[in-house]
Amino acid sequence: MSMPFYVPPEQFMKDRADFARKGIARGRALVALQYENGIALVSENPSTTLHKISEIYDRIAFAGVGKYNEFDQLRVAGVRAADIKGYQFSRQDVDARSLANQYAQILSQVFSEAPKPMEVELLVAETGLDKNSDRLFHVMYDGTVLDEHNFSVLGGDTQAVTERLTNAYVDNSSLKVALQSAITALSGDDKKPAHTDLEVAVLERNGKRRCFRRINDIDLLSIIA
Amino acid sequence: MFAAGADPGANFGELLRRVGLSPFESVVIDNDLVIPHATTCVAMRCKDGVVMAGDRRATSGHLISHRSMEKVVQADEFSGVAIAGAAGPAMEMIKLFQLQLEHYEKVEGQTLSLEGKANQLSMFVRNNLPAAMQGLVVVPIFAGFDFFSQTGRLWDYDVTGGRYEEKDFVATGSGMLHAGTVMRVAWRRDLAVDDAVKLCARALWEASDADSATGGPDALRNIYPVIASITRSGWSPVADEVLAKIYKDIAKEVGAR
Repeated sequence: MSMPFYVPPEQFMKDRADFARKGIARGRALVALQYENGIALVSENPSTTLHKISEIYDRIAFAGVGKYNEFDQLRVAGVRAADIKGYQFSRQDVDARSLANQYAQILSQVFSEAPKPMEVELLVAETGLDKNSDRLFHVMYDGTVLDEHNFSVLGGDTQAVTERLTNAYVDNSSLKVALQSAITALSGDDKKPAHTDLEVAVLERNGKRRCFRRINDIDLLSIIA
Repeated sequence: MFAAGADPGANFGELLRRVGLSPFESVVIDNDLVIPHATTCVAMRCKDGVVMAGDRRATSGHLISHRSMEKVVQADEFSGVAIAGAAGPAMEMIKLFQLQLEHYEKVEGQTLSLEGKANQLSMFVRNNLPAAMQGLVVVPIFAGFDFFSQTGRLWDYDVTGGRYEEKDFVATGSGMLHAGTVMRVAWRRDLAVDDAVKLCARALWEASDADSATGGPDALRNIYPVIASITRSGWSPVADEVLAKIYKDIAKEVGAR
């Protein structure tokens, strides 16, 4: 009988983390940032049907980067958890924090127990009744949850994008300025993504029940012009 | 998360069953139980879409149990449901139906077709059949704007979930005969939305005049029927002030007979 090699837990975790990080870094970045009237989410995504950004509940949006089928599975799980909670209790009881915690639990379990960790990074964004109650929960591939403020950057080339966004971010800006700084952050020195390659959505305090709205290519052009 | 074969997909009712929260489990009701009932809803097609209307009264036996119940509700942006029958199960059905449409839209990333929505509601009514056999009958009307055929469409149902598309107008509930007759006499294919709203208001007026379980306009408490139109620009309820004026005109006309 052959004996499995001993792998120290530090090495085991490091291997898995490297694997997940490599998978995520292959994809393109996604940014979410607060503006005067809510939260804008912008990502590079040439597909108009395979979304990285979507609606979870009335005031909650989901964004995922990395492997599409994996974060999409998590998106559906989130919609289910939210709809069940809203049905069982009240729509007001559905919040981003508990959703982010559920995602963290799934991801950390998969990270240490499943044959391979999920190659995804998620963002659970929630717009509150005012700017101070907006939430940005960034959930990493190993289940680490980061409670971020003003803006959040996910996916490949995070360091450079974060640096650019830190410089471009304007507090309490209009949607136009917010989208412009998001695009600046996603543009490298040599390339700027075409507006048709961008997926843009907002969670806006619009007085309606459902705050999530997609912004298509044509609307995007007229907003940032 | 569910295993591949046990995944409920975009079906919210099935999802609730999987997690043990289904509202359609067996119901045992003592037949002497007096429960609130809702009555008289109408819907008609008009030039730009459909108009739906329902009175506000719920009755328990011969008593009025609620004066301001809303039996006509928005299902999603381009459709609405009107319900007659046992109030409790009816409200639950509407709530579940709204959730199902939204759930499908979010999971699948696109809305159901109008026909798909009508079919889904038919399944809800059929699931309610065991309860209906014990007296908890729920009979909805479903109407909406169909972008596929670019017209308003409407359906009514029977207790077994039978789904019938109507080409012109439909009424349901205890006052359906009176309301139906009013519409039968005055309905025209090319009615403008405003005229269709007036005709619906008139149909409910006559139903409430002849049927004790149907509520009329209540100027004292400022309670008027719920009337809404659904066109290509979406669901739009008629404001109470507008209804107050419509009913004042009807009262004047009836008084001058």
